Amino acid sequence: MRNAFADELTSLAKEDGRVVLLSGDIGNKLFDKFKAIDARRFYNCGVAEANMMGVAAGMALCGLRPVIYTITPFTTTRCFEQIRVDACYHNAPVVIVGTGSGLSYADLGPTHHSLEDMAILRTLPGMRVLAPCDNTEMRLALRAALHEDGPVYIRIGKKGEPDIHPKVPEFRIGKGIVLRAGTDIALIAAGTIMPEVLKAADLLAKHGVSAELVSFHSVKPLDCEYLDRACSRFKLLATIEEHGRIGGLGGAVAEWRASRRDAPLQISFGSGDEFMYEVGTQEYARAKFGLTASNIAEKVHAALRAN
Amino acid sequence: MSKLTELQGRARLLRARIIENSHKTNTPHLGSCLSCVDMLVAMYFSVLRIDPSTPRSATRDRFILSKGHGAAALFQVLGMRGFYPEAMLDDYGKDGSVFAEHPPTPDHLPGIEAATGSLGHGLPLGLGMAMAGRIQGHDFKVYALLSDGECNEGSVWEAALFAAAQRVAHLCVMVDFNKWQATGRSEEVMALSPLVDKWRAFGWNACEIDGHDIEAIIDSVARCPSSDGRPTAVIAHTVKGKGVSFMEDDNNWHYRIPTAAEVALSKKELEVFE
Repeated sequence: MRNAFADELTSLAKEDGRVVLLSGDIGNKLFDKFKAIDARRFYNCGVAEANMMGVAAGMALCGLRPVIYTITPFTTTRCFEQIRVDACYHNAPVVIVGTGSGLSYADLGPTHHSLEDMAILRTLPGMRVLAPCDNTEMRLALRAALHEDGPVYIRIGKKGEPDIHPKVPEFRIGKGIVLRAGTDIALIAAGTIMPEVLKAADLLAKHGVSAELVSFHSVKPLDCEYLDRACSRFKLLATIEEHGRIGGLGGAVAEWRASRRDAPLQISFGSGDEFMYEVGTQEYARAKFGLTASNIAEKVHAALRAN
Repeated sequence: MSKLTELQGRARLLRARIIENSHKTNTPHLGSCLSCVDMLVAMYFSVLRIDPSTPRSATRDRFILSKGHGAAALFQVLGMRGFYPEAMLDDYGKDGSVFAEHPPTPDHLPGIEAATGSLGHGLPLGLGMAMAGRIQGHDFKVYALLSDGECNEGSVWEAALFAAAQRVAHLCVMVDFNKWQATGRSEEVMALSPLVDKWRAFGWNACEIDGHDIEAIIDSVARCPSSDGRPTAVIAHTVKGKGVSFMEDDNNWHYRIPTAAEVALSKKELEVFE
């Protein structure tokens, strides 16, 4: 996903002279093509994320369209106050990109995990929070983000994520994309966990369960229209994300449910209230937190039977 | 009347108005406001290339009061400079007013460049603005006025490193070095000295001046832009509570509100009789 990000941003920078890229000392050679367009619009801001965020907001206040790129914890939790004050309070059109989100860097340890980023950034007034599920969605999200008139956060994976969308879908911030229609349960997922969710839907189908699969790439604003319609269609929703169960997509859907007397029940898949202290690959970490196709299918199936 | 005499008169008038406003509206940070008045006057009435009738002009110089707790002083000077009618300041601190203890965003009050108040934000923001100017081919300058206490913040030094690395010559830091922070001597809290050497060591074109000498302020910021690409730092030695004998260098005036009698006494000392 990060190569596609560099590629798409390079195209966007060719189209729009206001696009500036700020990197937190990562992406060696990744942005060589971007730099070749205009070296004055690429800055390695060093390992100094608080400053980088302020610099980006200052540029945005002068009419530029800065995009900030570094590993997710460092472009979110590390400089949260700068995001809050410099970007959000000023409603500055800064695009914050977190790479290696969720458990992408599972083997680097919890300092490099990001299982809280969507939860905390979602609290900030005016902030949009996007979690594209594949390269196609990421390209669309980036393009859409640069047309917004305020701050946007995009969490992306690392590399090698499979393509989900067979063709380019219609993309709008705040509107989910139905990947597969179904009638028994809605699987609402955000981000790069989508391949597992697809497999879960396949497993459910083998048990005769018709699962609707929706990419909720926009965690904020949330697609409440879809959810409102879902009330009469489903008795059960599942939210799935490579993120903590507190405050992310699952939390956002739970907040929506609080205002609906007729809302479906919700099962929330995500990491728990714990750090992962042992070493492990992304697959190991996902399994630890129950984010596997088999676990999702099993829990959903059991919940449907219990209903 | 010479230009200098005029500016000094404005500084006295501003001090009186800030003190009256503090009494009237129960607004603290008086000492911090009074220490930077001469710098505000020098900038807004002599240095900055600004036009209050086009406050968002792309080519204007930018001035950021990074020590946002000096907002009461900034609001008075922006009113005096014509960014809004001075009568608007009668609403200071009232419910629904934009005049709070810290500056609002540029979208909410003409003349404001950044909503500061949380320390350590103004310099990175200003650096971004100066870099934007360079990318866009403008030659405007960006000035950020910091407090010495603010230099406790790591983000200030992150920005100092990056500005030097990028050779952002059109950026100028002014430090209101009044030797106090909220609850103690800035030297005792964070061992700031030698402050000018720190900025120099970070690659800045640094100098130190008497921050109440208006001519020295004007001369020192004229070092920006430097000829060799270094950003400029002016370490301005100031006195907290400057201008009123019983407030000078007394840190109680970080939070204390003057009584009516103290306002009258201050105005007498300042020779302001409006």
